[in-house]
Amino acid sequence: MSLIDFANPTRFLALTARILPWLMAATAILFAVGLYQSATAPDDYQQGATVKIMFIHVPNAWLSMLVWGVMSLASLGTLVWRHPLADVAAKSAAPIGAVFTFLALVTGSLWGRPMWGTYWEWDARLTSVLILFLMYLGLMALWRAVEDPSRAARAAAVLTLVGAINLPIIKFSVDWWNTLHQPASVLRMGGSTLDRAFLIPLLVMAIAFTLLFVTLHLAAMRNEILRRRVRSLQMMQASKAA
Amino acid sequence: MSLGPYAAFIVSAYSLVALVLAILIGWIAIDYRNQTRRLRALEESGVVRRSGRSAMEL
Repeated sequence: MSLIDFANPTRFLALTARILPWLMAATAILFAVGLYQSATAPDDYQQGATVKIMFIHVPNAWLSMLVWGVMSLASLGTLVWRHPLADVAAKSAAPIGAVFTFLALVTGSLWGRPMWGTYWEWDARLTSVLILFLMYLGLMALWRAVEDPSRAARAAAVLTLVGAINLPIIKFSVDWWNTLHQPASVLRMGGSTLDRAFLIPLLVMAIAFTLLFVTLHLAAMRNEILRRRVRSLQMMQASKAA
Repeated sequence: MSLGPYAAFIVSAYSLVALVLAILIGWIAIDYRNQTRRLRALEESGVVRRSGRSAMEL
């Protein structure tokens, strides 16, 4: 069976039924390992124990952008290839991306108060991530506002691709502008500046959160396919009754 | 494990992430249950898909 075969929603449902239990188990194991490593990581010489907030803040921040990237690829699938699962993938990812972005903002604030002396600063990184969060909410509202699913999918795909301009702005905001937020310390040219004692728990937590996203995204896509099946069966039932 | 003077911030951050993710997981699980229940109800009312397969069949 080739990859293109999974474009068929029925085959996709069969695949998710098989792999979801394994993904759930792998996610739970990685979270257990990551949380243990986070709990036992040493204090940072400057941040003290608040460095532990980084182990949840950074993965959420990465995923806030990764999810929009996934939605952008799916939007290309909708507009260019009209892939049957593309807009299902984009629509299902939006609420999950909004949650990761919200958590990145809140955990960042909870770290900022003791370290910067403020919960919020209108600097380029924080503001651009807040805009990303608002874009997720706007996209979810758009899907709900347009009744015809195919029209909603095309409008949302265009908006998603336009919104992707914000991703490099978020990533490079700390280099382009003078911000309170620190520059990249893991994903940077020349390698990570983090000590292994912090880098390893951070990477394990990042993989755990990414697996959680994959698991939840597949589950949400399955729900969306079933929702569309319900809708088409209800329409068939209504037309039969008429 | 001592969390020092900022323990409240650390515990709040982890608790909030756990709570929000639990709500997200619960929402997706409830949505799945609702969709399968609606499909079962449609199947019981005799509606079949264009392919001829039952509503619940993969």
